[in-house]
Amino acid sequence: MDTKKLWKLFVSTLYLSAFTFGGGYVIVTLMKKKFVDDYKWISEREMLNYVAIAQSSPGAIAVNGAIVVGYRIAGIVGVIVSVLGTIIPPFVIITLISFFYDAFRENIWVSLMLEGMESGVAAVVTAVSYEMAIGIVKEKNAMLIVMMVAAFLANAVFNVNVMLIIVISIAIGLIQSYFMNRKEELE
Amino acid sequence: MIYLKLFWAFLQVGLFSFGGGYAALPLIENIIVDSNQWLTTGEFTDLITISQMTPGPISVNSATFVGLDIAGFGGALAATFGNLLPSFIIVTSVAWLYMRYRRLNTLQNVLKVLQPAVIAMIATAGLSLIITAFWGEEAILLSNTSILAVVLFIISLVLLLKTKLSPILVMVLAGVLNVVWAIVTGVV
Repeated sequence: MDTKKLWKLFVSTLYLSAFTFGGGYVIVTLMKKKFVDDYKWISEREMLNYVAIAQSSPGAIAVNGAIVVGYRIAGIVGVIVSVLGTIIPPFVIITLISFFYDAFRENIWVSLMLEGMESGVAAVVTAVSYEMAIGIVKEKNAMLIVMMVAAFLANAVFNVNVMLIIVISIAIGLIQSYFMNRKEELE
Repeated sequence: MIYLKLFWAFLQVGLFSFGGGYAALPLIENIIVDSNQWLTTGEFTDLITISQMTPGPISVNSATFVGLDIAGFGGALAATFGNLLPSFIIVTSVAWLYMRYRRLNTLQNVLKVLQPAVIAMIATAGLSLIITAFWGEEAILLSNTSILAVVLFIISLVLLLKTKLSPILVMVLAGVLNVVWAIVTGVV
């Protein structure tokens, strides 16, 4: 195994993870920049499919992106190296914060700040869901809209378990692709 | 066996969180606040705020934070490892299948059908954060509503939807306004 390449993989995932704010969608874009444009380890077309795999699999998108890229570059060893690179920064940062959390939280200024930020976080998540919901509505696909409303009511109003909602959605997706594939074969 | 319990709880989070961090919030809240009572709703909101301000996925941050709080460093490792294991197995298998067959049709179709559920989860998380911000731990009554929180929420929402300001900046602004208000009204 090429240790120099592995080291490069580790350092780049570590760096991306430590300096990327704003969630998984941002980090996979930066991964593309690093591994496709800078290192030329992966072709652009292939990378788009890896991003799709990272986004559609369960788990954190940043971690999934690291796994798929690591696997492509160096197999299972590559996966281990890139996952370590990705999780070490948040692990260390959260560990440090949690040591100071209690003292930090009792400080009046910090607690006022966090209190105001609660409203800000609520607005961030509301804005994201609003924009994504508008995207679905614009597609004018009745089934997707009905599923969205039903899933929201089930989860928010009737407290149906999230895992059940996901399993049912996946089942609908699998049944639909089965019939779509059959239709293609018949044609 | 607390390590095993943490491992199992975060394995569920890892296995059933589709569509990124925000969509995972209701599930994480359900498992760590409701089922296991490892954090209070207020601590959970702090955790989300901290996650927003620091790099790293929300689920990994939660696993580390809760693990440390409940069972120290070993707990953090157990929870984080549990959180990563499903991704490790599933993504590696999908990558292997893709490299062999070069087809992603079924996967992409499943993703498309999952999208409504993902948005619904994010909206649920938003609703639960709104409730915490407006009413805290109190009953949801008009008289208990924090008017200041409502105003900060509306200002933040308008800024997010109408301008290109980054979410982190908007959140910090909401925090600063809250501090300024406390000073102006003489609370501190």
